Amino acid sequence: MIVGRVVGTVVATRKRPQFEGAKLLLVQPETPRGEAKGATLLTIDSVGAGVGERVLVVLEGRAAGEALGKKLSPVDAAIVGIVDQLECVE
Amino acid sequence: MQLARVIGDVVATRKDPAFESTTLLLVQPIGADGKDVGRPLVAVDAVGAGVGETVFFVRGKEASFPFHPTEVPADAGIVGIVDAADTTPMRRP
Repeated sequence: MIVGRVVGTVVATRKRPQFEGAKLLLVQPETPRGEAKGATLLTIDSVGAGVGERVLVVLEGRAAGEALGKKLSPVDAAIVGIVDQLECVE
Repeated sequence: MQLARVIGDVVATRKDPAFESTTLLLVQPIGADGKDVGRPLVAVDAVGAGVGETVFFVRGKEASFPFHPTEVPADAGIVGIVDAADTTPMRRP
């Protein structure tokens, strides 16, 4: 899993049916110190995260599909937690 | 998933039979700011997208799920067309 910051929302009418009812959030991956790193990801939110929050993102199809709770979901990224605190000693 | 612009299409006559009647599109991944990120790639279309549209695509084996039970040997697939993306800059806590 990676840590990132929610930076936006996406609305899509035409999409695969497994996305019905799912919340789509844009997440900017971050280093443990909070610096932006890499390309923005589009994720399924399974925990009720919002813009500005620091979140835990799983980047793997099966796990993301389980977060969505539907079979054969064509997804590869899901928010599975909201970070309260992260301590990095290096 | 990642946002992308559809920048072209790909025609291939000789291909894996599982690709029959699928559409292959060339997509350029973009960031939240709409700027290009990384290199373009070919994705199998599962929503009827067209050139010029902003879409989102999934990477990995999951790209083949919309074609189940056909096992399409694709590693990227378009699974949604973006109506709107709100990326209003947030205030950092």
